[in-house]
Order: sequence, then C-alpha cells, then structure tokens
Amino acid sequence: MDSQLRDQIPTFSAKPAAAGGGVSLSGGLSSLVSGGGRSAFETFVIVLVAVIIIGGAELLLTVFAVPQYILPRPSQIGTALITEWGFIWPHLLITLYELLVGFAIGASIGFVLAAVITQFPFAEKIVTPYILLLVTTPMLALVPLLILRFGFGSEPRIIAVALASGPMVMINSATGFRRVDLAKIALARSFGASTLQIFTKIRIPMAMPMIIVGLMVGSIFGLLTTVGAEMVGGAEGLGNRLNYYSSMIRMPQFFAVITLLAIIGISIYVFFFWVGKKWASWEA
Amino acid sequence: MNAAGSFGLPHGGAPAGTKMAVEGATKFYQTRSGAVHALDNVSLEVKEGEFLCILGPSGCGKSTLLWSMAGLHGLSGGKIWLGNDAITKPHPEIAMIFQEANLLPWRNLARNIELPFELKKLPPDRARIDALLERVGLKGFEHKFPRELSGGMQQRASIVRSLAVNPSVLLMDEPFGALDAFTRDEMNLLVQEIWMETKKTIIFITHSIVEALFLADRIVVMSARPGRIQEIVEVGMPRPRGVEIQSTPAFIERVNAIKAMIDHRKA
Repeated sequence: MDSQLRDQIPTFSAKPAAAGGGVSLSGGLSSLVSGGGRSAFETFVIVLVAVIIIGGAELLLTVFAVPQYILPRPSQIGTALITEWGFIWPHLLITLYELLVGFAIGASIGFVLAAVITQFPFAEKIVTPYILLLVTTPMLALVPLLILRFGFGSEPRIIAVALASGPMVMINSATGFRRVDLAKIALARSFGASTLQIFTKIRIPMAMPMIIVGLMVGSIFGLLTTVGAEMVGGAEGLGNRLNYYSSMIRMPQFFAVITLLAIIGISIYVFFFWVGKKWASWEA
Repeated sequence: MNAAGSFGLPHGGAPAGTKMAVEGATKFYQTRSGAVHALDNVSLEVKEGEFLCILGPSGCGKSTLLWSMAGLHGLSGGKIWLGNDAITKPHPEIAMIFQEANLLPWRNLARNIELPFELKKLPPDRARIDALLERVGLKGFEHKFPRELSGGMQQRASIVRSLAVNPSVLLMDEPFGALDAFTRDEMNLLVQEIWMETKKTIIFITHSIVEALFLADRIVVMSARPGRIQEIVEVGMPRPRGVEIQSTPAFIERVNAIKAMIDHRKA
C-alpha cells in the first residue's frame, strides 16, 4: 500500500511517532496528557499560563469590582466547591450513574450494530440514513416525551444518553469496520483462520482507532445529553443543580458545578486518549 | 496436460514426484465493467522441491492462479492438487507470502510471527522462530512494530512468519515488487539460500524477468487476457547463483529472449 512511505519512516528513536497522535481530536489537550517527552521547561510554561489566566481573572474581577452574581472570582468558585461539596456530590454521583449506564447501553448496541451491519453492505445502505438521523437530531428534544412516558426518575435521561451516544459510536465504528484490508483477511485465511478469528484478530484491531474515536465522541455527547436532560426535568443531577443555583443567583456554586462538568469532560477525553495510545497507537 | 485418473488414483491427485498440479484452471470473475476471463485452461505441474517462477505482465492472471493454489480463490473450472488433496480451501502444508509483507501494524514483530500459531491454536515453536529470526538477521527486533522496520526487514519478517509453521510449499506473490533494487537483490539471495537449505517447493510470482531467471528452476511465462501459459522455460543454471551472474552476456541474452516472447504476444 504505502510501502514507500513506510520505508522513509524508520522510527528507531526513543520517542515513539505516536506520542502526540493516537486518536487525538485536537492537538492542544493531547500535548497536555501525552507526558512522555515533555521537558521541564514545557511543564513550567504550562503551569505559568494556567496561573496567569486564573490569577489574571481573579485580579481583573477584583479591580473592576465585578459583582459576584455576574461573574464570581476563581477563589469564590473554589471556596463554593469546597463548602457546597456535601450538597453537590450526591448529584454528581447521579449524573455519573446516568452517563455511565446510558453510555454503556448505547455504546454496546452501537458497536454490535456496526460490527454486524458492515458485513451486509445492502442492509447497511438501508439502515445508515436512519442512524444519521439519530446522530444529527438532538436527543435532548425527546426528553420531555420520555419524561411523560417514564416519569421523573433516571430512566428517561438514561434512554436519552443511550440514544445520543449509541449512534455516534455506531457511525464511527462502522467507518472502522468498513476499512477492510482484503490482503490481511486473506493472510489470516491462508493460515486457516475461522470467520470468528478473522473478526477478533483482524477486523476489530483494524477498526480499533475509529471505535475509540466513536467511544470518545459518543461519551462526550452523552455528557451533554445527561446534563441537558437533567435541566429539562427532574430534581436531581448536576444539570438540575445548574437550574437550582442560577434561580437562586448563587453564582459561585453555579460555576462550581460547571467546573465539575468541565472536569468530567476532560477526564473522558484523557481516558480515551490514553486508551487510544494503548490500543491504537500503531495508527499514528 | 496429465489425466489425473491415469495414475490409478480414483479421486485424482498430483502424479508421483509432483508436489502440486493444476489441471485446466479456468477463472471468470465479475467486475462492474463486465466479466473478466482471468485464467483460461491453465495446466501446470510443480515438482517436489522445485523453485518455479510464474512470470507475466500485469493482468495475466498470475496472482489469480497463485491465490487459487493457496485455496484463497475458487476456480470457475479445473482442479488444483497438493498430493492427493484437492485444494478448495487453505491447506496447512501451504503458506503464502504476500506483496508488501502484509504484517499486522498493531502487532510487534514477535506477535506477528506468532499469528499463524494463534490461528491454528498451537503453542508457538519458539526454538524454530528464534533460529529463523537469527537466520534472516532479525534477532533483537522482536519488539519493534512494522512501521519501525524497513521494507526489506518487514518482508524478511513475513518470510519468518510463513516458515515458522514449517509448510512444505511456499507461495510468494510478487513479494519484493515494492523494494528498491539493492534490497531486492539481497532478498533474492536470501530466498535462494533458504530454498537450498530447506528444500521447500517454492512458487514465486514476479513481473521481473531478471528476478525470475535469477531464482527459478523453471519459468512459466504467461500471457494476458485471458491468462494462459505461453511457454515454460527451463533455466538450468548452476547454484548457488550470485548477483553478478545478472550482468553476464549469457544471462542478458536469456532475459532478452524471454522479453521477446512477451512482446511477441502483445503485437
């Protein structure tokens, strides 16, 4: 295939070619988590910039006496996160629970569907437009309907999360499974591989980079949908806390919740980045 | 060529002293632009321990023939035998070496070489693998990934992968087509040495006349559309052959003679 290219990339250096690669969605964060070859100077600059941004915000908000209900200072947000923690963490657990369960259901269905449907090109042609419809339609719109049917518990939100993340996982995994390399399948068959062995030892590893991208995008979509669904209805979860604190104009607490959501989102990214480095770094 | 039944084998088979036999292989396949007649009544016998090169322009069906011999393609007509076994699916005695190494990029070299054992659910033959790695000069590279190796090293790894399961027939599908001339010479010498040491039957596809003449005991020259055997050339040069024979007048004369056969058909 691209042997000429391959010949020109003799990567014998200690720093693997995949250091910044894997399945990064953007370069910025990946350089933060890649670790490996980061020098002390880079670490210093990264910390320095963070200090300047947070410290600068603190300073500007203080100097211009911006009222707390418009934009609280970072120190106020930090304090609120600590003092309000006892009230926030049960909601954090509910959000994480809904996200995990919904994502697990959606991702499993999406993965299996992608694996099966790509084996039947005709069926795939028929199903794909509907999957695209699910990908592009905001599943949040269904939440009021789901609440009517399933009540104000976690179920409607879990369903919405599954509906939002599943198609994302499916569409990306399907792209991965479609990238069949007939020579590699022939190779396995020439050594007597069964259909199942071809699937587990050739097709899945080959699709892995795209599967991981799908899982990453799907889980981030899942997070958006979880929080959105909690804001639409019900009395629990971080989304609901956002409504609650903003209605009370308790902005430091409001921003403390946003900080938590940002931490969840970044953790998801870092987790899948790490998974990608471990399982898909061959495709740098 | 031969009528299989005349050897007293009720179910047919390759005649004595013959490792593989192709009888009237015919292959059509469908493409968007219509049916392609890839092979037309190709018959061929490969002797035990022979080094046979199949030479021809692109589109002459030589790869189709080889993949059928590997049991990877079905035929529209005709039969292929390995001894008394009809080849309809991959056979454990036959290993294939593909164009451009075909290593799995997500596995390091050691795990690539263990793949056949994994698929056959056998414990890897460590002693044999180590000896082969040593032999082809890849010792110490076991933990490298394919992208960290040069094209020549990748193809050597793929040869080790095929030899590790100790097949009696090696089918090689233009294995060195993508390598530079120097690496190619080096690989040709290695293949010749391996063949002389192991006595395997090797069927080697190439579109390089020089490569075919350098390696083969016999060269099967094929012509295109439909793929037919045009001529079978006995090489009969002493072994081991060194790269330098490629520049001798006798060698060049033979290259030109084969070239004329192929050109003649085109006109």
